[in-house]
Amino acid sequence: MYRYDPFDHQIIAERVAQFRDQVRRRLSGELTEDEFRIMRLQNGLYMQIHAYMLRIAVPYGLLSAAQMRMFASIARKYDRGYGHFTTRQNIQFNWINLQDAPVILDDLATVEMHANQTSGNCIRNITSDEFAGVAQDEIADPRPYAELLRQWSTFHPEFGYLPRKFKFAITGAAQDRVAIAVHDIGLAVVKNAQGEIGFRVLVGGGLGRTPIIGSEICAFVPWQHIITYAESIVRVYNEYGRRDNIYKARIKILVKALGIEEFKRQVEADWQFTKDGPCTITVEELNRVAACFSAPAYQPLPKSDAEVAAYRRDNKAFSNWMQRNVKPHKVPGYAAVLLSLKKTGIAPGDATAEQMDAAAELAERFSFGELRITHMQNLVLADVKQSDLITLWQAAKELDMDTPNIGLLTDIICCPGGDFCTLANARSIPLARAINERFDDLDFQHEIGEIELNISGCINACGHHHVGHIGILGVDKDGEEWYQVSIGGAQGNAASLGKVIGRSFTFAQIPEVIARLLQVYVRERFEGERFIDTVRRIGHDPFKDTVYATPVADDEGLQTPDYALLEKGVPYDMPYYSPRF
Amino acid sequence: MIIKNKAIVDDDWIVLRLSASDTPEGVAVPSGKTIVPLKVWQAQRAALQHRADLGVWLASNERAEDLQNDLGKFAVIAVDFPRFADGRGYSIAYHLRARLGYRGELRAIGDVLRDQMFYMQRVGFDAFAPRADKDMHEALKGLSDFSLSYQASVDDKLPLFRRVQRGGEL
Repeated sequence: MYRYDPFDHQIIAERVAQFRDQVRRRLSGELTEDEFRIMRLQNGLYMQIHAYMLRIAVPYGLLSAAQMRMFASIARKYDRGYGHFTTRQNIQFNWINLQDAPVILDDLATVEMHANQTSGNCIRNITSDEFAGVAQDEIADPRPYAELLRQWSTFHPEFGYLPRKFKFAITGAAQDRVAIAVHDIGLAVVKNAQGEIGFRVLVGGGLGRTPIIGSEICAFVPWQHIITYAESIVRVYNEYGRRDNIYKARIKILVKALGIEEFKRQVEADWQFTKDGPCTITVEELNRVAACFSAPAYQPLPKSDAEVAAYRRDNKAFSNWMQRNVKPHKVPGYAAVLLSLKKTGIAPGDATAEQMDAAAELAERFSFGELRITHMQNLVLADVKQSDLITLWQAAKELDMDTPNIGLLTDIICCPGGDFCTLANARSIPLARAINERFDDLDFQHEIGEIELNISGCINACGHHHVGHIGILGVDKDGEEWYQVSIGGAQGNAASLGKVIGRSFTFAQIPEVIARLLQVYVRERFEGERFIDTVRRIGHDPFKDTVYATPVADDEGLQTPDYALLEKGVPYDMPYYSPRF
Repeated sequence: MIIKNKAIVDDDWIVLRLSASDTPEGVAVPSGKTIVPLKVWQAQRAALQHRADLGVWLASNERAEDLQNDLGKFAVIAVDFPRFADGRGYSIAYHLRARLGYRGELRAIGDVLRDQMFYMQRVGFDAFAPRADKDMHEALKGLSDFSLSYQASVDDKLPLFRRVQRGGEL
């Protein structure tokens, strides 16, 4: 993985010193909250319902065992013993004191980490493929480019105060696992006819209030030029993006207003000034960075392991885990393993300090000391010997990270929602839990097969509900939490946006609604057809008809909060269903 | 007082701002060192163009390119930050310096605060008029928050990887 040189260390140290002084000036009253807010956001610090939340960057989702142990340490020392992995492959801590934030940043700097630009109207953490470097369908490893872009975007003096946040995703594989189509800039490695590496560049995708699939601005930007090209895109956006209305300020609105052809014309007119200039990436710099991502010392191994195959025949739980949580690897005899953070009863993406420490140890024992975080909010050990799979599975079981549900119904993407977030209209963690409990039966989940269920507690769509095969969105109706259900969304190469099926439901109705959607799927599917493909083939109507055919009963044991009893402004006295309170 | 070339210096320029009842054509430009809005310059060009004590300022929604042929006519060009979170002024400055080759004084005016001044300096501002309620000596410290930057901009024409031996000693 990328290792800081003395220059990286110096820049990060200066940043922490700057923020420490800003915190001091805030506490002394020299800075108003309005002035301070933007600075703390650009250092990852949000004010949430209960406390400050600190979002720490995990660049392109890759981290070392030592870095994971640092998260465990932060969870213990400064938080309540757990953290939350996010859809941007970052980690969030929910119970942070302002005074501790600079100390935490000091601690992070010792393991070459930071919280820079994880919030605010600037270029955010760049996400990438959790199987980068090991995927069988990879054209080129995207991580060196992601790191070069990370450095370029870090404290870029022109782009610290953009109209709105700006998100990059980058993939190097044939199969898009990073949702490039719903990012401000999505980059996909491609090779041209001469075999040279470049990027297909998408622009203006996004979720939120106005979900839009990104448009291709250029089919091939040679890798040397990707920084100058991206810079021109962001410059045009900085100059012309709307600043009069926060809901129309993302680049997608500008691209839509101008049209992709006119936007491209403006970008390429700007690019003529910098193309081939000093910001062109040199082979030497690419090689320096790429060397950090060279393959570990793989051993020559047989393609498959006989003992694992035999064990798999005899042990159904292991077999389920192999089927769902173990992915192919480009090197014979190796596999990539997902540690599920989606066990029923646990907030999706949450891990305790003990789990973090243990995952770090597993990484050292089985995967060259590295881990990845997925945008689906699970962990990956990317380089596991197949002959270690049985031992690793047993260890994962001990840690409650063995749930064989990757890509299944209970592998829910879920935002922090109303339990933590000031923006939320509704709770999402307890809803994920209610759904998981209703469909906890693994045989049932395996029978349903691959399906993505995504929950967002508000229209900002941190839970990516628009691209869930089933998407659930929390909405506010006169101070009560309701949920809108959509189907037909998808990420990946055939990305699409879901469509709402009809009027919204209460918290307690949602599990039954999901059950009815699944009934239609089971009734209508062809053999081997995934839920999303059935929706695409037969359309929304059969699903809608069944869901709304008869009144939807509340799920047993689930309470809809008695809103009348709540005092205004104290929503957290409501009957609790969250696991953490 | 303003900050210029990293020092606090006296300043006797007046920034002319139009009131609601003023028009660019009709407003009276005072004698003496005056920084006028771009619109006033455009409207009263014939009367103003021979003044030696003239400056112009751009609003955040105006374009550096509008001054393309006039850059030599001003003793100072200013860029207004209506709110410190409005980042258009950074690209305006970049264009003036990097694309149009402006070499005279480039001054940040308006909601100019210490914590934004390092980036402002990088994109080519060499003069700063911090907001009136802020301490000038405190603001000056903002110019030295960092000693190193990754990217090229107006101050460093080369990105870090062409400026130093990456991987080597500081």
